[in-house]
Amino acid sequence: MGQTLIEKIIARNIGREKVTPGEIVTVNVDRVMVHDIFIPFVADKFEEMGFSKIWDPDKMVLIYDHLVPASQLDDARHFATGDAFAAKYGVRNVHRSDGICHQLMTEAGYVKPGDIAFGTDSHTVTYGCVGAFSTGIGYTEMAGILGTGKLWIRVPETIKVQVDGTLPPNVTSKDVILQILGDLRADGATYKSLEFAGSTFDAMTVASRMTMANMTVECGAKCGLFSPDEKTAEYCGIAPADFKNDTFLQNLKGDPDAVYDRVLTYRAEDFVPVAACPSQVDNIHPVSEIAGKAVDQVFLGSCTNGRLEDLAAAAEILKGRKVAPFVKFIVTPASRKIYREALEAGILETLAEAGAMITHPGCGLCCGRAGGILTDNEVVVATNNRNFLGRMGTSKVQIYLASPKTAAWTAVEGKITVPV
Amino acid sequence: MGKVFRFDNDVDTDQIIASQYLLFPSVEEMAPHTFESLDADFAKNVRPGDFVVAAENFGCGSSREQAPSVLKALGVKAVLAKSFARIFYRNCINIGLPAIVCKDLYEHVHTGDDIELSMIEGTVTAGGQTFACTKLPAHLQGILDQGGLIASLDV
Repeated sequence: MGQTLIEKIIARNIGREKVTPGEIVTVNVDRVMVHDIFIPFVADKFEEMGFSKIWDPDKMVLIYDHLVPASQLDDARHFATGDAFAAKYGVRNVHRSDGICHQLMTEAGYVKPGDIAFGTDSHTVTYGCVGAFSTGIGYTEMAGILGTGKLWIRVPETIKVQVDGTLPPNVTSKDVILQILGDLRADGATYKSLEFAGSTFDAMTVASRMTMANMTVECGAKCGLFSPDEKTAEYCGIAPADFKNDTFLQNLKGDPDAVYDRVLTYRAEDFVPVAACPSQVDNIHPVSEIAGKAVDQVFLGSCTNGRLEDLAAAAEILKGRKVAPFVKFIVTPASRKIYREALEAGILETLAEAGAMITHPGCGLCCGRAGGILTDNEVVVATNNRNFLGRMGTSKVQIYLASPKTAAWTAVEGKITVPV
Repeated sequence: MGKVFRFDNDVDTDQIIASQYLLFPSVEEMAPHTFESLDADFAKNVRPGDFVVAAENFGCGSSREQAPSVLKALGVKAVLAKSFARIFYRNCINIGLPAIVCKDLYEHVHTGDDIELSMIEGTVTAGGQTFACTKLPAHLQGILDQGGLIASLDV
């Protein structure tokens, strides 16, 4: 009997031929990510556990992003605690203002196809875009990994999502994942692995796959995996010949006779621009149904949609146009590298010319801490991943999650607009 | 015996403890803000030994361990839900707060009802009726029995 993608990754990690969903196994961790919000708690627990050293300090990556740049006095305390922890235990991979953790982990080469990685943030599932098993954990478990290099996991069942064909031009991978979340519902994949397959995903950029893997946690999934291909290899800095000769990576796809919990099948041509309406990520409606609703703010950014292709898509729409009066259009590239590339390509100039506020890479607005938080009765169209009550300000803010194209057109028109 | 505080489907971790409180220096200082957007008086009204009862997907959203930690700090004895989001569930076990899947309880209780939990039997008694809960896998029960991950690692 064949295996799913996640079963292959786990089996190789523990040196077994195969694993079975439901089994509890202990895996060897290839990489961990700790971010600024939780580093003081990780540090406390690590010392409370009595560890004197990190199992492999180079396997830890410490990233400051949620609090960068500091907006409250407490934020700076977290940086100081992180720096002290890194110095004491010899952690060299520290990023203090390079971008959002989930962008950096693959962009800077920390996570490769087939790896197993854990992070203190729920959107750690993002690295499934390169075919890595990665997921979020709490700070006590993270402290345990730092001491032992190991973690127990339950081998998950797999839900396969098969999409074939060509997406309409006004539809992005964001619309695809939102529609899937709407169909699966917020708990439809709890404890399970999502496996994406089909010609539509083959044609996607790694960046577009990243958007989708990022949001798989919103239906409860433990991970969301794409098979690595030549594009993945190039993105991860794996030489074409090495990729071709790596039988594990070449075979890192669900077998035809693998056992799936469920298979969802779509035609790419059937997708339309959609939005997650207040205040659940699975409250999905076609943008055409909610078009015309006036907005106060538009946000383009986050680990979901702050990449070069997202900024470029917005710039293409905003070129020669202006952001509607009274609309605050906030643009946050996901990393310093993307910021620089967008600058060099003239994208930031186009966006700024149109009236955008361009901010430093970080998580501030998406997690409701800084950089454009909203108040009662305000409406925002945002490209990030959560529209929970109170997420980006008060609990009476109305958050609509949508694609960069929908966001850009909405910024121009000042009301929710179907992209053309 | 403890009182029920009942919540619906898809209660997310932002609703349990909002992100603006996560940087408070201690869990005890965050605890008064538990469930603030859903029930502003929850922290005032809950007593040690009380229970949180919920429908599906309790604790979805972020990885914040502060979510189960504030409940534990307020003395919540256990969270009983139809289902849990996975990170919240792991965090509960790791900090020693029982997270128990009980499919039928939600429909039969309301906020303010008294219920009794037997961890050993794996049952809850409410209004004269007894409801069976799903038992934890042995590995997880072991962590919980020892009071959480720190105790069980025994470094």
